[in-house]
Amino acid sequence: MGSADPERTGGYPSSWERPTVFYSKNVKYLVYGAIGLFVLWSAWELRPSPARLIGGADAAASLLTTMFPPDFTPEARGRIWDGMIESIAMSIVATAIGVLISIPIAVMAAENLVPRPVYYVGRSLVSISRSLHELVLAIVAVVAVGLGPLAGVIALVIATPGFFAKLMAEELEDIDEGQADAIRALGGSPVQVLLYGVAPQVIPRMIGLIIYRWDINIRASTIVGIVGAGGIGVTLLNSFDRYEYDFSLAIILAIIAVVMFGEILSAVARRRVQ
Amino acid sequence: MLTITDLEKVYPTGDKALQGVSMEVDGNEVVSIIGPSGAGKSTLIKCVNRLTEPTSGSIVLDGEELTTLSKKELRKTRRDMGMIFQEFNLIERLTVMENVLSGRLGYMSSWNAFRRNFDDEDVQNAYEILDRVGVGGMENKRVDELSGGQRQRVGIARAILQRPKILLVDEPTSALDPETSFEVMEMLTEIAREEDIPVLINIHEVELALDYTDRIVGLTDGQVVFNGTPAELDESARDTIYRSGKSRAETGTEDQSQSQSQSSSSEITDASKEKSF
Amino acid sequence: MSYEGSTTWRKHDGRARALRYLAIVVAIAITALSWRALDIQYTFVVDAPRNLGDLLLRMYPPNLAYGAEILPPLVETINIAILGTGLAILISLPIAYIGAENTTPNAVTYALGKFLIVGTRSVNVIIWALFFVVIFGTGALSGVLAVAFRSIGFVSKLIAEGIEEIDAGQVEAIRAMGGSPLDVVVYGIVPQIKPAFVGVATYRWDINVREATVIGFVGAGGIGVYLDTAINFFQWSNVLTILIAILGIVIISEVVSAYLRKKVS
Ligand SMILES: Nc1ncnc2c1ncn2[C@@H]1O[C@H](COP(=O)(O)OP(=O)(O)OP(=O)(O)O)[C@@H](O)[C@H]1O
Ligand SMILES: [Mg+2]
Repeated sequence: MGSADPERTGGYPSSWERPTVFYSKNVKYLVYGAIGLFVLWSAWELRPSPARLIGGADAAASLLTTMFPPDFTPEARGRIWDGMIESIAMSIVATAIGVLISIPIAVMAAENLVPRPVYYVGRSLVSISRSLHELVLAIVAVVAVGLGPLAGVIALVIATPGFFAKLMAEELEDIDEGQADAIRALGGSPVQVLLYGVAPQVIPRMIGLIIYRWDINIRASTIVGIVGAGGIGVTLLNSFDRYEYDFSLAIILAIIAVVMFGEILSAVARRRVQ
Repeated sequence: MLTITDLEKVYPTGDKALQGVSMEVDGNEVVSIIGPSGAGKSTLIKCVNRLTEPTSGSIVLDGEELTTLSKKELRKTRRDMGMIFQEFNLIERLTVMENVLSGRLGYMSSWNAFRRNFDDEDVQNAYEILDRVGVGGMENKRVDELSGGQRQRVGIARAILQRPKILLVDEPTSALDPETSFEVMEMLTEIAREEDIPVLINIHEVELALDYTDRIVGLTDGQVVFNGTPAELDESARDTIYRSGKSRAETGTEDQSQSQSQSSSSEITDASKEKSF
Repeated sequence: MSYEGSTTWRKHDGRARALRYLAIVVAIAITALSWRALDIQYTFVVDAPRNLGDLLLRMYPPNLAYGAEILPPLVETINIAILGTGLAILISLPIAYIGAENTTPNAVTYALGKFLIVGTRSVNVIIWALFFVVIFGTGALSGVLAVAFRSIGFVSKLIAEGIEEIDAGQVEAIRAMGGSPLDVVVYGIVPQIKPAFVGVATYRWDINVREATVIGFVGAGGIGVYLDTAINFFQWSNVLTILIAILGIVIISEVVSAYLRKKVS
């Protein structure tokens, strides 16, 4: 590190270099430089044409002027209400069904409860469900079953194990094995072990997770409509297509209100349960 | 020479931490401040380099009035005052060398500081000081890998590299075990003597004050109640200083100072939270 | 004595149990009502599994040749996530600064910081994308902005928490040595929040890769545009190829982000 050997010269080195995680200072600068260049290049690729920028300014101006004030006329309120009820209903149904299919997947993805091959299958299902965005699932579901809330429900149901089964499996892995062993010792079947040795330990946490997932599903249910899968998102997309930006803003404000309300409700409910 | 006259400090909470403190630190004296917890020892030290703004009174260092300095002048003057902290206050995630060299921050441009572009001479001195405080060869270790004793040595090295005109030390050993405490005190006073600079040091353990300092100032409830040599600190002087303590048993006083040093660490962090930056 | 004890115990347990059953009944009732509200015809439900199965059969096998074609949009998706995250961080730094209790100048700035954090977080990325597409037209630029704005709340909140947790002693030490305010930031604050910062950046980037896969549905660039097109043209094996590719990049970025987080601790 130092340039001079203190033993030999009797003095101390007059330079010091900070140790880096890279092999040397030069490698470090090279890496940083490469990252900088990459970012600059990508930013350059994105540049809008001057015409677009000017057009964009106009569009932004007209967007902002039409947006305010938000359209909360009784007619608009009625449409928002209908869309919102559909979204919330979707979130509830999807949570119920999603949790039902997540529970077996959670058991499969709990290392301590099942044989290895089953565990890997469980983990893979969780990973796939987690990796695909609700909107990707929704767009595919719309193709399969047509436009409407059924597609939305299916999308949310498929997205649920990625969160619920994953966290549930972690709960299952944390259980006190002694209680499960006790049931085993009494000659209980594997199902009995789950019902009497495992379930009582995880049910309070499970209810918390159900409420949490429902909170997430509310958020998702307000946007899946953008690909035609029902709920307020459909109303929102239509308002954009018809340039009714004041109505769009009203819808977005309503969505924010519902999402926040759901967040508060779920936080309160989870605290009550645990 | 440091001269403090009629220093008062009232915290926004209404705590009168200092009530007319006057004292001096001369030449290359090592002066210790002892006193019960909450007496205002830390407040006094921090008023000197104005980490805490004094309410009234005067502090003069080598002819310069410190209480009226502008922000810029204050930064310059702070370079002349090395500070050593109870909780070390080292930059935990940086290397020992960077910490020691950070003692030169007041002399560098921020740009050079950012690039860790230190002066050759400073680097040389830093190596030498690390050797002197007994942590030679550890320059590339991160501070969070060091033991408490090693950290305080780095803290001392950092303060010395400032080439200060005075060392301000706030309970340097409270976070250390007794044996390390003696080592650190020994080294601290020795280096100060070699560098020929005065030291103002807060201390909990009266024993350490007796062994290592030239003069002792007793502080109680923000007032100086004793000022004399270790030899003059007799039983009755101790009683005045630790008024609230039991006067009879020597061990009683010891116990109390033990529990004080326990509580003081949390108080210091509480106090430092007040700082805005 | 023991008899009495057991009745009180049973009574208490009985009430809790009744409440629990009530909660279950209410939950089932609400779910049933919700189902009615959706007004979905049973034939559709009955057919749904078959329809989904049919679709998967039509998709299989994936079109491997198409894989090369979608490489550029995949790279674009990741780039959108990187640039969006980077931009979000730039915007978030001042917001975090005013949203952290110990650095915010006054109560008004603190409230503003909190408002910006909550406000941006409540609007989904796809809604941001709708807006930016209106302003900047279709393309990755709108996507980057949508991802960035969506991330501001999350990133500033976590950085603000990082700032709130710093040890004031280290800051004090730099000031005591005569360091300038800039030195205080560089030596006193930055080293302390660096791990939190890297953690937030990589974690958010990981989330953003996933988000960047869908903004294409409203024309904001990335692989989503291709998925939308493939579906509109009934190119089912291409759809499957894209789905697999999305799965791939999402999982890879998850691994990369976890690795980076571990590296800087
Ligand atoms: N930041 C602050 N805000 C309000 N009051 C404070 C602050 N810091 C200290 N005080 C008060 O000032 C008084 C003196 O505190 P100081 O920390 O100076 O005492 P000390 O002698 O160093 O005590 P210790 O031995 O416990 O470190 C105490 O009553 C304390 O509560
Ligand atoms: Mg103190």
